[in-house]
Amino acid sequence: MRYSIFGLMRQALRGHRDWTPAWRDAAPKKQYEVIVVGGGGHGLATAHYLAKVHGISNVAVLEKGWIGSGNTGRNTTIIRSNYLLPGNLPFYELSMKLWEGLEQDLNYNAMVSQRGVLNLYHSDAQRDAYARRGNAMRMHGVDAELLDVAAVKRMVPFLDFDNARFPIRGGLLQRRGGTARHDAVVWGYARAASLRGVDIIQNCEVTGFIEEAGRIVGVSTTRGEIKATKIGLAVAGNTSRLANLAGLRMPIESHVLQAFVSEAIKPRIPGVVTFGAGHFYISQSDKGGLVFGGDVDGYNSYAQRGNLPMFEDVCESAMALMPSLGRIRVLRSWGGLMDMSMDGSPIIDFTPRAGLYLNAGWCYGGFKATPASGWCFAHLLARDEAHEVARAYRLDRFATGHLIDEKGQGAQPNLH
Amino acid sequence: MRIQCPFCGLRDWSEFSSLGDANARRPDGDAPAADFFDAVYLRGNPAGPHEELWYHAFGCRGWLRVARDTRTHEIFAVDMCGEVAAS
Repeated sequence: MRYSIFGLMRQALRGHRDWTPAWRDAAPKKQYEVIVVGGGGHGLATAHYLAKVHGISNVAVLEKGWIGSGNTGRNTTIIRSNYLLPGNLPFYELSMKLWEGLEQDLNYNAMVSQRGVLNLYHSDAQRDAYARRGNAMRMHGVDAELLDVAAVKRMVPFLDFDNARFPIRGGLLQRRGGTARHDAVVWGYARAASLRGVDIIQNCEVTGFIEEAGRIVGVSTTRGEIKATKIGLAVAGNTSRLANLAGLRMPIESHVLQAFVSEAIKPRIPGVVTFGAGHFYISQSDKGGLVFGGDVDGYNSYAQRGNLPMFEDVCESAMALMPSLGRIRVLRSWGGLMDMSMDGSPIIDFTPRAGLYLNAGWCYGGFKATPASGWCFAHLLARDEAHEVARAYRLDRFATGHLIDEKGQGAQPNLH
Repeated sequence: MRIQCPFCGLRDWSEFSSLGDANARRPDGDAPAADFFDAVYLRGNPAGPHEELWYHAFGCRGWLRVARDTRTHEIFAVDMCGEVAAS
């Protein structure tokens, strides 16, 4: 069923009785051409582009819970491409361009809203760093504007501009950045992939890999053995666990990142605003809740919940930036498992095991990367070569020294 | 999460800083580059019991070796690193 305004009106007149499920909940077959492990945004996007761009629709997406139950449902929905390094910029800009055409491509309302992403700076040195980043973006054809304090005041007058320790001096603005509805991204990709024949298999946890003649040819799951010519892992948060099943050690630690949402208020914050003197980012959802977050808790964790001291730390940043937030009540908080890689950048590559491909290490940046991650992983799976914007995301870059370390923190994942 | 520091007693997590896997050891200086790569970049990252190093930054400033479950945050053992090395 194709969605349109006329279809919606027709259904409204019939009392919405004739809607059909958006996608098919499939049972596993014995054999596929490609298995994608992980039914989050990245896995489903991979399946969609495999079917649409590369004509490979004999694909299964295996999900241990229900689709979108992992990090796609546990983020702050921000989309942007304001990176500095050449290994990252073209990739995230491809993602931004795919976001811009996503709803037409999927025939699904993902509520992509280019409301702008504003990074505040608080000192001369930080202004210089942001000017450099803005220049790097513009040289790659990405929009960036360096704003002075008067321009920032016009956009977001409610901030604490004269804070004694962290006065706001201006900001770097990417107008094309913004937010998207995270669940709708999952459902949209699932529906589009399912319509092209992809099997989406839920409650199907991979418990091991099947090996024949030195090649990985299938997976054992809680719903039986399933074979495939190629198997792709898109299981950020649990990459090490699954890679260990294939005998691989990863340059990754799993960390918990918390996010928070307040009670709904009238429209207040026009876009995404980030605090430059601490790690804090905030936006307002269409429902009215303020969605915000900060740093990872900082220790290895597979628990999808965080600790209160980090909550306090995030709220302190919030109060330093926007004192009026003190009167807002927080409704919910949640934690997601981040694949924190050793240089803060992702991996889309072959693995040393023939037949097994890897999409991992997304750190905090996974949601905004969803379309390009799927696009490039599908390219790798279909053609056995890296997509040109994802060539730097090699697994062996840690051994060869070609790191992509945006923050320059070194091999300490809890600092990225 | 709270950690039982052998020197300071039961203290809140926010007093500590985590360095991660305690079994990542710097190899000898003449070891091959592959060993250094392994020590600097590769991690077991288990879901379950994990031995890790914590620094008691806002306490005794001692280095602790903590055995903790990464799924539940249950802590099985805490030792001062110096005592572990001496024994």
